[in-house]
Parts: sequence; structure tokens; C-alpha cells
Amino acid sequence: METPSVAAIEKRVAANKARDQTFAIIGLICTLVGMLTLAALLFDLASDGLARIKPHFFTSFPSRFPGQAGILSSWVGTILVMIVTAMAAVPIGIGAGVYLEDYAPKHWLTALIEINIANLAGVPSIVYGLMALGLFVYQFKFGQSIMSAGLTLALLILPIVIVATREAIRAVPGSMREAAYALGATKWQTTSDHVLPYSMGGILTGVIIALSRAIGETAPLITIGALTFIAFLPDAPVKAEFPYISFDWLWSPYSVMPIQMFNWVSRPQAEFHLNAAATGLILMIMTLAMNGVAIYFRYRFRKRIKW
Amino acid sequence: MANTEVAVELSAVRHHIRAHSRSMTSQKIRERIIESAMFLCAVFSVAITAGIVWVLVYESWNFFRNVSMIDFLTDTQWTVLFENPRYGIMPLVTGTLVTSFIALIVALPLGTTIAIYLSEYANPTVREILKPILELLSAVPTVVFGYFALLFVTPMLQRILPDLPGFNMLSAGIVIGIMIVPYVSSLSEDAMKAVPVTIREGSYAMGATRVQTALRVLMPAAFSGIASAYVLGFSRAVGETMVVAIAAGTQPNLTLNPMEGAATITAYIVQVSLGDLPHGSVAYQSIFAAGLTLMVMTLIFNIGGYFLRKRFREVY
Repeated sequence: METPSVAAIEKRVAANKARDQTFAIIGLICTLVGMLTLAALLFDLASDGLARIKPHFFTSFPSRFPGQAGILSSWVGTILVMIVTAMAAVPIGIGAGVYLEDYAPKHWLTALIEINIANLAGVPSIVYGLMALGLFVYQFKFGQSIMSAGLTLALLILPIVIVATREAIRAVPGSMREAAYALGATKWQTTSDHVLPYSMGGILTGVIIALSRAIGETAPLITIGALTFIAFLPDAPVKAEFPYISFDWLWSPYSVMPIQMFNWVSRPQAEFHLNAAATGLILMIMTLAMNGVAIYFRYRFRKRIKW
Repeated sequence: MANTEVAVELSAVRHHIRAHSRSMTSQKIRERIIESAMFLCAVFSVAITAGIVWVLVYESWNFFRNVSMIDFLTDTQWTVLFENPRYGIMPLVTGTLVTSFIALIVALPLGTTIAIYLSEYANPTVREILKPILELLSAVPTVVFGYFALLFVTPMLQRILPDLPGFNMLSAGIVIGIMIVPYVSSLSEDAMKAVPVTIREGSYAMGATRVQTALRVLMPAAFSGIASAYVLGFSRAVGETMVVAIAAGTQPNLTLNPMEGAATITAYIVQVSLGDLPHGSVAYQSIFAAGLTLMVMTLIFNIGGYFLRKRFREVY
């Protein structure tokens, strides 16, 4: 084999270095493509929809006239559905997460549950909708109600809550638990008084991210029959007369903001597209704000707690 | 005297111990109850899967009592809502595959490059800033992406391709691709990060540059993790609903040409659900058969990915 000259080697090294630098630039560009899309998305929505966002947009029902239409019934619906979702998904998700991380014995059933949760996270959301249509709407006879919708989204985000809970609990050092046991605390006392408070930040982050996912979900709610035109509000949860609290709203028909937006996008008139853009902008701001809060929490808790 | 005193003391101690052990048992019971409740929460997740499988299989079973499986798989037309319904799933499957394929063409190179950049090039501060922003992409509601595909990307593409119809699989696929970039990039990055540092340093010691190390050493070493990322990306693309329902049209169309509009499996389910279908009709059952097809497609891909990973798995 011929020994290459020093000049040839230098040339080769220089070429390799140049290629290395080129890749750094390509990588940065690729990363920026994602961000530019995000920016284009926001800009596009804002330029189309910003003009529509006025007080009456929030206080009017949908209408045949694009200029008068608003999102009153859908933002109320979104909030009510989210309440049901959070009520169902948060306790079950945290319970399952704590059990799997700190309690579960290592045997086949635990392994099955873990594999199952990993797989559930990959199931398309519309399939949850089909399941809810068969079970909640027709089998359990919940009908096309806020209850059905809230529970469907709860199932959808359950894996996210479970995984976040487990990660947060895993980050609490074993020495904390052992110290509690050494002082005679029982397992649940250790969990509720020590492990859970320390991991609250992580769990909260996961819950916020999960809810932000649920707020934007459209497909499963279409399959279980969210209505696209609702010109009334669900029954009020607080009443003037005894017993003051009513749960009739749970069984009310509903619409949510993404469904309202979908309805407006799929109309041919461009005027309605402006309404869709306005709704989309509000949705975007809500989900981005929730994610921002979650990122901030994660950052703060990571910084504050030093083991 | 002393004896009685001792006896009194003893009985007090005994009493104390008894009370203590009684409270111990009540505490034990409480512990058991709490543990069982949490166990039920965990098992509940299995019930969800069981519910999904049961509903899909049960309603599909009813569907296939009315429609022959052979027609379903071989017929080239899907006209369930027409007067003379034909039940061939092929057009919906091709629509799904074409949009997913375009999405992967966009997402895999982009996601992998970003993963290499973030794991090998970017300094920690830059990574800490870029990564969460990138992940916001997957937090955007899909219906918003649908709007974007229909009213931003399609008009933009029409400037380059004037013949492009308003509903087309190309723009839907591109937008889905960008949407799933964070899934691909962050899982691939984790996989590359998990490759032992000694292997990386070995490569550098041989004089390799960062890009050579990433492409020839880290990618093969992290193949199993990267493959999982790709499979997850594909599952997301196949199951994506709102973007295709809004931007790719709702007309079943047996074509592999991305410049045309075509309904996907998911778009069909949405289209049917928007109408008011009587519970128990064949059209109602057909959405479950479509959903089952979707699940089977994802399953096949996941199993394929599993064997691919097993074949090329590197263990350190």
C-alpha cells in the first residue's frame, strides 16, 4: 500500500471537517423547519382570525351568518368536558402510576399491565372514539353527552398521566422511602406523606400536558357524536333553590372548540374560514400556554429540588 | 402490695399493646384497601384495551355477517352510503398508505437529522431551548394542522403545481409529516444518547468526524431505538384523522397518486360519524370494520418493527 502524502491527508481532513460543518448547518436548518412551521401556523391563524376575536365572539352562539357567529357553546362545552376528563383521569392515572412504581410485585400481571400501557399510548385516538361509541354511548346508554365525551378523553390521556406519575415517583430517591420506613411509617404513609409531595411537580406537569392534549382532540368526539351546531348552554351546575347543585349538565349535548373549528373549516364559504382561524388561534394559545406552564414547572421543580 | 402494683402495670402494658395491635390491624386493613384501590386503577388500563378489542371485534363480526370478507378485501370500490353499496376497503387503505408514506418521507429524514444534531452537535443550552419548542409541534391540535394544510400548504403547493386540486393527499401528508417530526426526533435522540460513550470516543480516536461517527457508528448502534421511533411515527401517521379529513377529501379513490384527493380509513370514519346513522345499520358497523383494519395495519407494522429490531439489536 502506498503511503499518502501529508498534503493528501491534510486535504482529506479538511474535506471531512467541511462536511462536518455542513452537517451542523443542515441540522440547524432542519430544526428550524419545525419552528418555522409553528411560526407560519400562528401567523396564518392570526392574520386570518385576529379580526374576528371580539367580545361578542365569545358570547354568541354559532349562526348561519359568519359575522354574528361565536363560540359560546363550544368554549363552555370544552371547559365542562375537561372537568369530567380531569376528574376521571387524574385519580386513576396517579393511582395506577403509584401502584406500578412502588407497590406492584414483579410478576406476569404487572408485566402485562406495563406492556399494555405502552401499547395504549400508540392506539390512534379515533379508535378510542369507536370504543366509546360502542361502550359509553350505546352499551352504558350515556348517549351523546358531556359525560361520554369527558370519559372518552379521560381514557385517551390516561397513559400520559400514568407514565408522567411513574417518572416523577421514580425520581424520588430510595433513601427518602427508607428513612420514612425506618421511623415506622407504613407504606401508604410513606407514599402519601413523602413520595407524592416530592413528586407533585412532575405529576402536575404530566397532568397539564395530558389535558392540553385532550383540549385539542377532535376525532374521538366526532365519532361519539359531538354536535356541530349547539345554540343553548348545558344546565347550570349551581341552582338558586335546594339542593343548589345539579349534575344535569353531565347528560347534556355539547360542542367543543375543535369541533366548532372543524365545522367552520369544512364549509365552502371563506367567511366561515375566518371564524375557524379565530377559534384555531384561541385553541393554539390555550395549548401553547398550558405547555409553557408545564415546561416552566418542570424547569422550576428540577432546579429547586436537589437530593 | 408490690405485686398488685406490678400486676396493674402489667395489665396497663397489656392493654396498651392490645390497643396498639388493634390500631395496627385497622391500619393494616386501611393499607390493604388503599393498595387494592390502586391495583384496580392499574388493571383498569387493561380493561381499556379489552374494551377496544371487544367493541371493534364485536361490531366487525356483525358487519361481516352482512358483507363477505372476500368482497371486503378484494372489491375496488367503497360506496357504503350509496344506494348499491360496495364494500371494498382497498381505496381507503391506499389513501391511508399514500398519506402515511408522504408523511414518512418528510418526517424520517427531518427527524433523524434533528436527532443527530441535537444529540451530537448542539450544546446543552441550545438543546434545552430547542427541544421543548420542537415538542410544541406535537402539542398543536390536529384540527389546526388540518386548517393549515387546507388553507396554507395547499394554496402554496398550487403555485408550484397549478393542477393540484383543493383536496389532495400531498399537502395532508406533508403536514402530518411535520407533525410527527418530534416523535421521531426525540425517540431517535434518546436512542443515540443511550449508546455508550466509549463507542463514541473510540470512533473519535480513530479520527472520525462527528457526522461520520453519527452516521456510521451511532446509527447502527442505536438501530433498535431508531426503528422504534420510525414505527411510532408510522403509527401516528396512519391513525391521524383530522388533517386528512379536512385536507385530503372524503371521496374514496383507489389511486397511488398523491396529487389526487382520497379518503383515508380515518377520514371515512369521521365522515360517517358526522351524519346521523342508525345504530346497528351496516353503515354503522362499517366504521368499526374500518377501525379494525386500521388497528390490524398498525399491528402488522409494529410486529414487523419488532422483528427488525430483534434482528439488528446491538447489546452493550
